[in-house]
Amino acid sequence: MAATDLTAGAQPDTVRLRAEGRRWGELAVKVALGLCALVSVATTIGIIIALVVPSVEFFRQVSILDFFSGDRWAPLFEPPSFGVQPLLVGTLVVTFWACVVALPCGLGAAIYMSEYARPRVRSILKPALETLAGIPTVVFGFFALTFFTPLLQDIGTGVNVFNVLSAGLVVGVMLIPVVASVSEDAMSAVPQDLRDGAYGLGATRLQVSTRIVVPAAISGIIASFVLAISRAVGETMIVLIAAGGIAQITFDPRDQAQTMTAFVGATGIGDVATGSIEYKTIFAVGLTLFVITFVMNMLSIRLVRKFREVYE
Amino acid sequence: MSVSPNVLGSRSTGDRVRGTAFYIVLLVSVTIGFLLLGVLLVDVVRKGIGYVDFTLLNEPNSSDPQRAGAGPAIRGTIYMMVLLLVMVVPIGVGTALYLEEYANRERWYNRLLEINIQNLAAVPSIVYGILGLAFLVRGIGLGRVLLAGALILTLLVLPTVIVASREAIRAVPDSIRQGAYALGATQWQVVWRQVLPAAIPGIATGSILALARAIGETAPLLLVGALTFVAVNPTILGSFTALPIQIYQWVGRPQEEFRLLAAAGIIVLLAILLTMNAFAIWLRNRYQRRW
Amino acid sequence: MSDMESAPAAPAKIPGMDEKLLEERARETTSTKREVLFDVDTLNVAYGGVPALKDVSLEIYKNYVTAFIGPSGCGKSTFIRCFNRMNDLIPTASVEGTILYHGTDLYGNEVDPVEVRKRIGMVFQKPNPFPKSIYDNVAFGPRVLGWKKDLGDRVERALRHAALWDEVKNRLKASAYSLSGGQQQRLCIARCLAVEPDVLLMDEPASALDPISTTAIEDLMHDLKREYTIVIVTHNMQQAARVADMTAFFSVEVDEERDIRTGILVEYDQTPTIFTNPTDKRTEDYVTGRFG
Repeated sequence: MAATDLTAGAQPDTVRLRAEGRRWGELAVKVALGLCALVSVATTIGIIIALVVPSVEFFRQVSILDFFSGDRWAPLFEPPSFGVQPLLVGTLVVTFWACVVALPCGLGAAIYMSEYARPRVRSILKPALETLAGIPTVVFGFFALTFFTPLLQDIGTGVNVFNVLSAGLVVGVMLIPVVASVSEDAMSAVPQDLRDGAYGLGATRLQVSTRIVVPAAISGIIASFVLAISRAVGETMIVLIAAGGIAQITFDPRDQAQTMTAFVGATGIGDVATGSIEYKTIFAVGLTLFVITFVMNMLSIRLVRKFREVYE
Repeated sequence: MSVSPNVLGSRSTGDRVRGTAFYIVLLVSVTIGFLLLGVLLVDVVRKGIGYVDFTLLNEPNSSDPQRAGAGPAIRGTIYMMVLLLVMVVPIGVGTALYLEEYANRERWYNRLLEINIQNLAAVPSIVYGILGLAFLVRGIGLGRVLLAGALILTLLVLPTVIVASREAIRAVPDSIRQGAYALGATQWQVVWRQVLPAAIPGIATGSILALARAIGETAPLLLVGALTFVAVNPTILGSFTALPIQIYQWVGRPQEEFRLLAAAGIIVLLAILLTMNAFAIWLRNRYQRRW
Repeated sequence: MSDMESAPAAPAKIPGMDEKLLEERARETTSTKREVLFDVDTLNVAYGGVPALKDVSLEIYKNYVTAFIGPSGCGKSTFIRCFNRMNDLIPTASVEGTILYHGTDLYGNEVDPVEVRKRIGMVFQKPNPFPKSIYDNVAFGPRVLGWKKDLGDRVERALRHAALWDEVKNRLKASAYSLSGGQQQRLCIARCLAVEPDVLLMDEPASALDPISTTAIEDLMHDLKREYTIVIVTHNMQQAARVADMTAFFSVEVDEERDIRTGILVEYDQTPTIFTNPTDKRTEDYVTGRFG
């Protein structure tokens, strides 16, 4: 209780302003919350250890040069071949076709939402795009294999049952919301004054969108592209289901191919003996995958920060 | 191109044609995704609706498509979600509280922490599977069990929960904190009695959406051992399977009927997802405070 | 403070100032014996190295209402927040100097700000009730202090003290946001009173309220000063004249070269003196409306 009946000349001790040992409780809370935060740090460290340690062992047995320059991936053959290029090419081709769909459509959707759509339409579109983003990839994989591939075959493209085109295009559709939402954020951040100035000079909406807004938001738009590419590289289920399981170097979209992710998925599900060279391939390929996506993610984060800085 | 003296004239034909063409291109961009989504949904429902029945929901998988079901898979998914919720919410909210209320932004380690979380959010999901394989399944010998799956999914959606919780916590106006401090409350009292209760609707919505994302994740579970032929009910330390894995396994079978079963499984999966998303949106609208 | 030769012979009239009120105030304050509650000595506050308040020294007297007035940016809010260590919550703030409270320096090493705030309460410019019921708002302080017994009585007493009880006694469970602005501010006052502080700090408590609510708050201050010591920040001079026994006038010192504005204490005296017979020309300029 506060001492309220002090008269002049009372001892200072009657007013205790010292803490009563409550400080330990507060410290304990801060420590507990800090430990929660450390879980995310531990996850990153765990990922790095999990990838690097077996990879180091792997690269003692297989030279890095052979790994990256070899064009035959056959780890289970006798004699085994560890050239990772087929997997890299597979990933590249799938990513390419994904970008063919995702980048233009995503950017177009973003421009539409940002510059053309009425507020009511936008308020429906945005959540609708979120819904598209929420569909599990296994569902998209099913769609690619059982609907899209037969469709492509029917129109006479001559694609295989398993083919990279189908998988790539569907990955692209899955990524449209990613490109659209980040690009749209970037475009919304462009101040209205810039647009008004251009409209005031008699520019058309097309001109304002393409010559004023898009250039002003370009770093955010590129960030969205980089993010989409990163996600395409890391996508597993759609390619696992629809792109096939044969690791081969081919640029013909009608062929099947295996991506890095599909290889890891297909191998990991089986019962490879721990410590065997096949087991270690999972980690070597995984590390390659991680490094590629990590670099792209860092780039994307940098670009997003750049566009935020300019306008906020 | 000289400026026309007639200011009130209409735009040049060239401009109008270009403008309209551009508008059409944009509309196509927008609708392609939804069009395909619509086609996808119609296709899935057409293929699978015939197989959505009691058998699907309860019976275990079998080599006979007539008798195959996703019972253990559905149960496995539900058990994992419960475990996931119990693990990810405290850790995610705790991390968010630390970053928003306790951490000094100037310090380098706190900034590193934030970058780390941003990064983790973008790591491909299969890498989490590799993490689980190395540490849980083989490393500490947990084996291919439900707990391993739940742990990996926890780590996977943790960044999402952290981001959503931070936003909810940040939305609580500072004037509330000031009022509480001015009354002689300690920092933890302010956080526990004022900030957290006010942020719960946002945290709950974010957690449910994170959960919805986790339900559909397949790749990490492949590596952590969700087997595709599980006949028994899942237990925490026993072998398990999950609905998306079951769908994957069915899709991989050559027989047409298994494809239809996969479609049925997808219908169930999407139904669960739709319910969860609707619930999250309802929560947000009902309890969201307009500060 | 004694008269100085350079004081003007007849101070200019301040618009809206009630002479009778000032005379009454003068009579009140000289008739009682003054007891020092806070002794501020050479207080300096800076934000991120930039000085915001320079070399402030004054004494706050028990059971008085003391007002801080001055133009915007003169540091009066910064100063009042020093008394309950609320500036601690701003990471870039640094405070030098001493504030003796019952003989103990508030900024001493052993002093816990949480304990300080239990004895020195604060009401803010914009009413900030918690998103809880009226009852829970007032009960929050006692609960946090661990006073669980007779909670209902404490709440009622605090609400009565804040002249709000009759208006809310039948809807204590209603949300605090269902109250009007003036009522919310009285609720915030009740919230403070529930922890039985010594001192009430009020940072422009009525500036966000309508005139009727403002009058209610001012009447409340008059009642409350019998038991509590009140310090208020106000930009409304008439309000200071109406409620305050002592008034401190702050102004801004501008460092043109580095473009820094620092607050300084110009004059501190009984309210009637400040408004009718100020010693410093700057004070006179401000209260007569020539600047600020």
